[in-house]
Amino acid sequence: MDMPVVVEVVDDKVRQEDIEKIFEYFKYIDDKFSTFKEDSEITRINRGEIKRESSSNDMQEVLRLCDETEAETDGYFTMHRGEKLDPLGLVKGWAIWKAAGQLKDMGYKKYYVDAGGDIQTAGRKWRVGIRNPFNRNENVRIVEVDGQGVATSGTYIRGQHVVNPKKLDEPITEIVSLSVIGPNIYEADRMATAAFAMGKLGIGFISKLKGFEGYMISKDGVATFTPGWEKYAIH
Amino acid sequence: MKKLLLSLGVIGTFAIYGLSQQSSPELAMMPVPTTGPSPVPDNSGSAATPAPTSGQSSSQPVPTVPPVTGGQYKNGQYTGSVADAYYGNIQVKAIITNGLISDVQFLQYPNDRRTSIMINTQAMPLLRSEAITAQSANVDIISGATDSSQAFVESLGSALAQAK
Repeated sequence: MDMPVVVEVVDDKVRQEDIEKIFEYFKYIDDKFSTFKEDSEITRINRGEIKRESSSNDMQEVLRLCDETEAETDGYFTMHRGEKLDPLGLVKGWAIWKAAGQLKDMGYKKYYVDAGGDIQTAGRKWRVGIRNPFNRNENVRIVEVDGQGVATSGTYIRGQHVVNPKKLDEPITEIVSLSVIGPNIYEADRMATAAFAMGKLGIGFISKLKGFEGYMISKDGVATFTPGWEKYAIH
Repeated sequence: MKKLLLSLGVIGTFAIYGLSQQSSPELAMMPVPTTGPSPVPDNSGSAATPAPTSGQSSSQPVPTVPPVTGGQYKNGQYTGSVADAYYGNIQVKAIITNGLISDVQFLQYPNDRRTSIMINTQAMPLLRSEAITAQSANVDIISGATDSSQAFVESLGSALAQAK
């Protein structure tokens, strides 16, 4: 994907070529799923050049998961953007989760994979800062996670438009950031995406999900968080 | 007789609960008293340990938004700072009418076109709340939104700070 990717593995023996494979995987994901790329598989589907039913296994799996997530979240998560498909709000977490699975299959135990501020952790306690949406040089909270995924949804800017999946002409600006800790990054990311689309109600949605905690920041710098958030928080 | 009265009492209690929920739709929260550092300090005076970030660093100090506890904004138009969105700059103008944000306009956007966006307001259930504060402890990783989202919020935040 076209965003910073950080992979850190702290096992005793780490092979550079294994780490390279993870970066190659993210390039593969970007080439397939980026709606900004003219010849990506998703762009070709959107142009009608490929039918969804004839697309690759990975594409069909992601689109199927998007349909499921849309049903589970009453449409607050959706990959439909007008006539086009845009699975970004799910494929990011899905790809990070898959990449972490590849590290596990390679035999690694202690690592994290961070793509664009969404993170999958494994094997030991990792300290994750929640960035201040108003100041990129500060963290407003610090959580400690081991095996969980941490995803932060923010205002989705597309072109000069701030996008609300539910009402395309009424973008979300009441909240500016919603961080979710989930059982893994695939779950955390898709639920953070759905919750952000709900605006201020999003944190209520997260509070009802078993195994998830959330921290939402409003445009006024007021945070609202789930009761169980504090069990992860060290600051 | 006793049983009937008890069950009527229970039904009555639930009915009252239901009605009061409908008539007071505002945010119901337990504010967490903040101890320790005061609201997020201005970036230029901050002594926070810089943590490794995976995003772009800001090339100019960005004022942080002081928390608003119950007050409204002053009417008027407020221009936010120019913030780096990695592929260009974003700058917004916030328009306050009747103490509320009625419009946010893009003054700068990488391809330099302009647009305006509308605002939604919604209510919410019982949860914990606090003013955000800067934490100076070291971290391994940082979770945040994308560069364009960060820049949009930084610019919007500085506009709103002027409107306070």
